Amino acid sequence: MKRLGPGLIMALVAGFAFLYLPILALIAYSFNASRLVTVWGGFSTHWYGALMANQPLLDAAWLSIRLAFVSASVATALGTLAALALVRYGAFRGRTLFAGMVLAPLLMPEVITGLSLLLLFVSAQVERGFWTVTIAHATFSLGFACIVVQSRLAGFDRSLEEAARDLGATPIVTFWTVTLPLIWPAVAAAWMLAFTLSLDDLVIASFTTGPGATTLPMRLYSAVRLGVSPEINAACTIMIGAVALVVIAASLLLKRDQLASA
Amino acid sequence: MRTGNAPTRRLGRLVVAVPYLWLLLFFLAPFAIVLRMAFSDAATDLPPYAPHFQGFSQLGEFIAALDLENFRLLGDDPLYWQSYLYSLRIAALTTLIALAIGYPLAYAMASAPRRWQSLLLVLVILPFWTSFLIRVYAWIGILRPEGLLDMVLAGTGVTSEPLRLLNTEAAVLIGMVYSYLPFMVLPLFATLQKLDRSLLEAAADLGAPAWTAFATVTLPLSIPGILAGSALVFIPAVGEFVIPDLLGGPDTVMIGKVLWSEFFSNRDWPLASAVAVVLLFVLVAPLALLQRARLTRGGAA
Amino acid sequence: MNARDAGALAPLRAKRKASPGSVRRAFQPWNDPAAEPLVVFRNVTKRFDTVTAVDDLSLALYPREFFALLGASGCGKTTLMRMLAGFEQPDAGEILLDGVDITAVPPHRRPINMMFQSYALFPHLSVGDNIAYGLRREGLPRQEITRRVAEMLALVKLDGLEKRRADQLSGGQRQRVALARSLAKRPKLLLLDEPMAALDRKLRESTQFELMDLQSELGLTFMVVTHDQDEAMTMADRMAVMNHGRLVQIGPPDEIYEAPTSRYVAEFVGDINILEGRVASVTGEIVRVETAIAGAVELDEEAASLAAGETIFVGLRPEKITLSHDEPVQAVNKVAGEIWDIGYLGDFTMVQVMVGGDDGQLLKVALANRTRRIERPFAWEDRVWLSWDVEAGLVLPP
Repeated sequence: MKRLGPGLIMALVAGFAFLYLPILALIAYSFNASRLVTVWGGFSTHWYGALMANQPLLDAAWLSIRLAFVSASVATALGTLAALALVRYGAFRGRTLFAGMVLAPLLMPEVITGLSLLLLFVSAQVERGFWTVTIAHATFSLGFACIVVQSRLAGFDRSLEEAARDLGATPIVTFWTVTLPLIWPAVAAAWMLAFTLSLDDLVIASFTTGPGATTLPMRLYSAVRLGVSPEINAACTIMIGAVALVVIAASLLLKRDQLASA
Repeated sequence: MRTGNAPTRRLGRLVVAVPYLWLLLFFLAPFAIVLRMAFSDAATDLPPYAPHFQGFSQLGEFIAALDLENFRLLGDDPLYWQSYLYSLRIAALTTLIALAIGYPLAYAMASAPRRWQSLLLVLVILPFWTSFLIRVYAWIGILRPEGLLDMVLAGTGVTSEPLRLLNTEAAVLIGMVYSYLPFMVLPLFATLQKLDRSLLEAAADLGAPAWTAFATVTLPLSIPGILAGSALVFIPAVGEFVIPDLLGGPDTVMIGKVLWSEFFSNRDWPLASAVAVVLLFVLVAPLALLQRARLTRGGAA
Repeated sequence: MNARDAGALAPLRAKRKASPGSVRRAFQPWNDPAAEPLVVFRNVTKRFDTVTAVDDLSLALYPREFFALLGASGCGKTTLMRMLAGFEQPDAGEILLDGVDITAVPPHRRPINMMFQSYALFPHLSVGDNIAYGLRREGLPRQEITRRVAEMLALVKLDGLEKRRADQLSGGQRQRVALARSLAKRPKLLLLDEPMAALDRKLRESTQFELMDLQSELGLTFMVVTHDQDEAMTMADRMAVMNHGRLVQIGPPDEIYEAPTSRYVAEFVGDINILEGRVASVTGEIVRVETAIAGAVELDEEAASLAAGETIFVGLRPEKITLSHDEPVQAVNKVAGEIWDIGYLGDFTMVQVMVGGDDGQLLKVALANRTRRIERPFAWEDRVWLSWDVEAGLVLPP
């Protein structure tokens, strides 16, 4: 086993300090009894209590979770189909356009995605709200979901599917009994990625939402613009904790899958 | 290649058609609308903004009705083209700083014992999964006057003067680098990790000292990772809105923020669309060139 | 490998007839004009872009036959088998099963099963569920499936491993599960794609015999695709050598080895020395050939089609040549040379002899090592004589 030199250890420590210190500071100050960020007034969970009484914020959070759930499910279903189309049905007409459209949202500035979808909804004269944001989020996380599933499908032993066909399974039965169970961890990971992308998005939601559908990032954004407050720190801490749990669950899932396929 | 039978092929068409139609409807069609909107007149055109496209028979009339006013404005008013240039500058600086921080980090991760690597990888990805907004917010608390940074500096006796970093370009750069660092580290790590260690041993065996071996073997072989990481940082950085809005000041006007305020504050949708079209062109042109260069090189090989 | 793998064959092998060769000779449906073929390929062609993988190929397989398709990689043998399984569609021609055209039938409706080279065991299912997979697709009642799975496990001697997952098995066990899974539906035809490729050499040998016993016991038709000539020759009733999408020669293994009809088959199956020459005379069944390297040689061949003056090749298998220090006075066919190389291979020694001077031709001679004597009678640079019977050489068209 090779040893890391002092320079490389420094690089690791400095790099991770840069990544984590701001977040740790944010978490620490959510437990500050004092309202002033400069003063440490002792440990307190006061701000979490205050948060629980902040009904608009709780409403926004609940809305964001429902929205993320639906849009992640749609994005994962479509992303999985898109991945199958790209990996399995290699050369169909318009493949270049299709691949471009799947991947473009990954690189597209969010302001453009948001603006263009809003203009679509306006010209179609659709009432904006929960469902328009859901469609927008599903569209832009579709590409991310597709990439996750695609990498899994690319390493898939096609003879497994052929064996199923050979043993009498129709293409659809083959998909349900062989393909899907085997790509399942990637599908789950894609769903979680789409879920957090939706939960995190401010810009696209701001463009495509309507009255009565204010998401959590939108609420946080307007609060943050007004300045720092321990209550926001508390809200952020809860979100960080939730995301950390999801990520750990996801990586455990993927690890178990790697062990199983090894 | 023709494989499978009629039902299989029908199923295949269905698998392609569903996401295809979704993307045509919710990705391509909106773009067409943005494009058309960019050629509309703000004063006369309120939603739904005529001229509507009425089929190819009236294509001539349609083109005649197109209004180039918005693009003329973008060229004439220094606010717009300066903010484009400024966005490119900030994105380029962000990319360079992220590379300077990310390369040693990725190199150290790739050199770490294998059983630590997956943990280190999760540690790099984890902040990326937490909300963007939260990460930017964390820096407000640090950078604002009498914030954490000032406190630490005063406490250690370095300086008692507040640095007043918030609402400056430095704050924007810090926020950008912080937010996009994982995008730089991940492809770099993937490239460096795949690098065959015996290549370095071969270089050493042939008489290259460690630094020379790094410069002549590791660095050239990690160029694909550097390019991928730089693209992943640069492209979204150009259109970034939240970071300059929250950490920047009046003189850090990036194009994403211009688009946002044209839309939400000035309610000039056609102009916002024109800004989007130009921004897209600014982003797509270099990408297309890069892709073409790669294709021709691949074709020649 | 474990005891289960190794010990499994003993009882079955004991049941085998004393001389399998004679038994196999009696089974020759391909020579019986009244026999109904099970599978017929009729002028089948398959192209991939510009490559013609299978080229206007016709072939008939007979019930209960053990057929081996032998060829180098890329010769089209895999494509041929995949067309039979239904994974590829021919561009021209038709495929019949029991007289019915199955060209357009999708794979899941063909009464043909396949054992994949990678085994393609479903990693998310247990051994039992893998074997039951095809039966469930038929919608058989639960008890029937359980019974058939148990029967199959017993057949391949994996009783008790039903609950294991595929990744908890040894290579030999995985192969048995794959075999049991493909046999569970009692297919009319079983396709085996390189069935021994993933097994080590010892296991391969025992499994070959086991597969043959299974085939004759169940009365099934097997088609094996392989690039391993030992495997094809050991197991097959009849084998075909394939090259560039065509069948170059079809026949029982001994016929392919001893009477190849082309230089390609002669060189592909086994080792052979090729001498170029011209027919000097044809007298009854004795052909006299004037070769540049070895002078005049005589062959005992049915050579009605040969005419004096024709250019031909004489093929000579290394094990049919005798090596001696002294000139074999009695021998009709003999040539002198110098030993250039000696390769000791354990069961035999391959000697390379340069004949016809330093710019001549190297001929291979195989010497069986009948004793444990370490000192070999021949050494490098020895001047030696090669001799062979008139029955040893064979005539190959140019």
